[in-house]
Parts: sequence; C-alpha cells; structure tokens
Amino acid sequence: MTTTARGIDRDALARIVAADIPAGSFVNLGIGLPTKVANHLAPDSGVMLHTENGMLGMGPEAVGDEVDPDLVNAGKIPVTELPGASYFHHADSFAMMRGGHLDICVLGAYQVSATGDLANWHTGAPDAVPAVGGAMDLALGAKQTFVMMDLLTREGAAKLVRACTYPLTGLACVTRVYTDLAVFLVEDRGVVVREAFGLTFDDLQALVDVPLIDGTH
Amino acid sequence: MSRVSFHDTVLEAVAGIASGATVMVSGFGSAGQPVQLIEALLESAATDLTIVSNNAGGGDVGLAALIREGRVRKVVCSFPRQVDSWHFDQAYRAGALELELVPQGNLAERIRAAGAGIGAFFTPTGYGTPLAEGKETRVIDGRPFVLEHPIHAEVALVAAHRADRLGNLVYRRTARNFGPIMAAAAETTIVQVDHVVPTGSLDPESIVTPCIYVDHVVRVERDPAALTGAPT
Repeated sequence: MTTTARGIDRDALARIVAADIPAGSFVNLGIGLPTKVANHLAPDSGVMLHTENGMLGMGPEAVGDEVDPDLVNAGKIPVTELPGASYFHHADSFAMMRGGHLDICVLGAYQVSATGDLANWHTGAPDAVPAVGGAMDLALGAKQTFVMMDLLTREGAAKLVRACTYPLTGLACVTRVYTDLAVFLVEDRGVVVREAFGLTFDDLQALVDVPLIDGTH
Repeated sequence: MSRVSFHDTVLEAVAGIASGATVMVSGFGSAGQPVQLIEALLESAATDLTIVSNNAGGGDVGLAALIREGRVRKVVCSFPRQVDSWHFDQAYRAGALELELVPQGNLAERIRAAGAGIGAFFTPTGYGTPLAEGKETRVIDGRPFVLEHPIHAEVALVAAHRADRLGNLVYRRTARNFGPIMAAAAETTIVQVDHVVPTGSLDPESIVTPCIYVDHVVRVERDPAALTGAPT
C-alpha cells in the first residue's frame, strides 16, 4: 500500500475546521496554520474574529493601500477592520479570553495528549529561545480549544500521545484535534475518531499509541 | 495649570530615567512601540535597565538597539523570539541578559494589577506548566490557580495617537495594546504622540487614558513610510 494517497492538504483541513464553527461565534485563530481557517469562513456566518492584541471584528489581511502599521494581528501581519470592529487594551483582551467569553480558539501544537493536555510553545531544546505569547491564556480561556496539526512528525512519530513530553501549555484544555489524517474528539470516554482521510480506522490506530474509539460510522 | 510637562525633544522627555530603572515599553511588535522615546533612551546615559514589554525588539531599532548596546540587564516579556530578534537571541544565548518569560495575559494582568493597587491575584493561566514552577497554587471552586504578583516600574514609555494639553490620551487601532495599563502602572509615564490638541477637543467619552496617569508628553514625527506602510 502506498502512503502518498492518504490524508488531506492544509486548505482542505482549514475548510473542515471552518465548517465546524457555528454561525455567530467569537473565535481566535492562532498564528500559523490556524490563520488559514479565516479564508474559509462564509461571509454571512457572522463569525467575529478576536485578536489578542486588542481587537474584535478583525478583517482579512491588508493589501496595498490598506496596510496600516497600527493595525496588525497576533502574528504582526497587517490586517483590516470590519464594520462593527472594536479595540481594547491588552488586559481587557485577555480578560475576554480568560473570562470564558470566546467560543472557540484554534491553535497549532507540537503534541496533544489523550486527555487534552497541550504542548505548543517550547521544544525544550537547550539552545532554543523560548516564547509563549498568548498560547497559555487562549488554551485555557476559550470555551473550546481546537488544535490543527499534522498527525505525524517528519520522522513519523504521532503527535497525539498518551502524555506530552514537550513542556506543557495547559492541562486538559483541547477538545478537538484536526489533522491531515483524521479528526479526533477528546471526550471523557477517550479519544474518538470522527472521520479519517484516506485510511481505515485500523490503519490510523496502528499509527497512534493512544487507544482510539471508532466514531466514523 | 496642568501637572503634565510638555517637551520639545524626546531627549528632554527621557532625561529623568536613571540607570538600574525598570522601564515598561508599550507596543506589540512595532504597533504602538514608542520608537523615538527608546532611541532617546539609547542616547541617554541610562544603563543596567530592566525592560518590561511584550516583545524584545526586532531588527536594529528601538528595543533591539538598546539590547545590542548592552544597556539591558533583564527583559520581562511574553514573546522575545521573532524572525528578526537577532540582538535579543544573541544576548540571551551569550547569557548577557536575564529573561523572565511571562504568559501574555499574565503579563498584562500583572501590569494592570500594579496600576490598580492589587497585592496579587490567582489566575488559571500557566497552571501545571514550567512557567508556574515554584509559584503558590490554590484550588478555588474545583479549579486550580496560580498566584501572580504585580509588576511595578519606575517609568513607562508609551506611544499614543493624540494628547490634549492636560495629557488625556487616545490611541489608534491595535497600537493601543499595553499603553493604557503601563501608563497606570509606572511611577512616571512618558508618552510620545502624533498630535497635541487643545484641551476640550477630545470627546470625554472616548478618552482611553485619563491625564491622571500621564507625566510627560512629547510630539514626534513618525516615519512617513511606516505610517503609510510602504516597504522600508
């Protein structure tokens, strides 16, 4: 069996995440891969994007004359404002998160554990310059935390693990894991496979050390 | 008569900053970073500084230049690593400066707490992670929290958009970020603004930082290329 045909690309994955975000939600999209989700939100969905540097109602990336150095997203990329946008200072922005007012945040990850622990800020390498940003506040604060990541590292090791070996971002905070090979739901009964992309449940289980529950039917 | 001093030059505005001071610096990346005040600090004699800021500078200007020149003893921040943070990276790897890494929300709330006279507070952020190691914890209503203390500073350097002649401030878009909470937290707040306007011309409903938090104001010309977003 060839392994090249299985899995979906990042835009297809972003489309799946976007389709799972209920209309009218307040959502924070993390730096990197999660940013792609914005491209697939329906314009009439009423989803309002929060950026931790102090804005609700963030619009698409700015182009040409729209670029304003005073208007950037969490990745410091110039963005635009939508009608109804609001600005607030950093303590208010994080109170908004920590206070449980955001419906969903979508983050990248190095590892997610079977109980929803998240590791996404530091590889722990001795010469690495650590940086945490808002990841810890976001992971804990939003009502639901979705992770988007490749299921396997370049070396083929699963990033869905029994227990994280990288430094933790937060405990028991991840509710769903969207990967190129499958969507996983982290539930009290265990990790449920909602859908798999181009491989069978048994093939998927063979890749992951965490016991999986088949929810693909 | 206003208690706030208006200065003609940024050098004059930062003249009171002493070596060894803790200095808060507003900004998120370059948005809201008081670049001209930092450049003036660089020209002053102040050294051995502790800098409290979200980032640790990028490129060769502002905070990055202050670090390059060896004027910073310690950085308290959430996100020092950037694609262009080479001066911080080099100093950090060489052991030339101390880093206190703080989750961004805890950084903001610790600054806010200092300005609001709070002794300490319990936050869920960071619990169970390396950034809460050695800190007091408590379970409240079944949920674990970490005790965090305020961050005080002698000085805050803040970039705002407009000041009136009393020192009331408004900001522009996401350049607001840490400005309001740093202005409240520091003993002395020094603000660079794009415009100084007559008292009474700012809508009282829209003033973000009331003048009670402001001590020094200087008007600066921002780089027009940076204002229009043209590539630099």
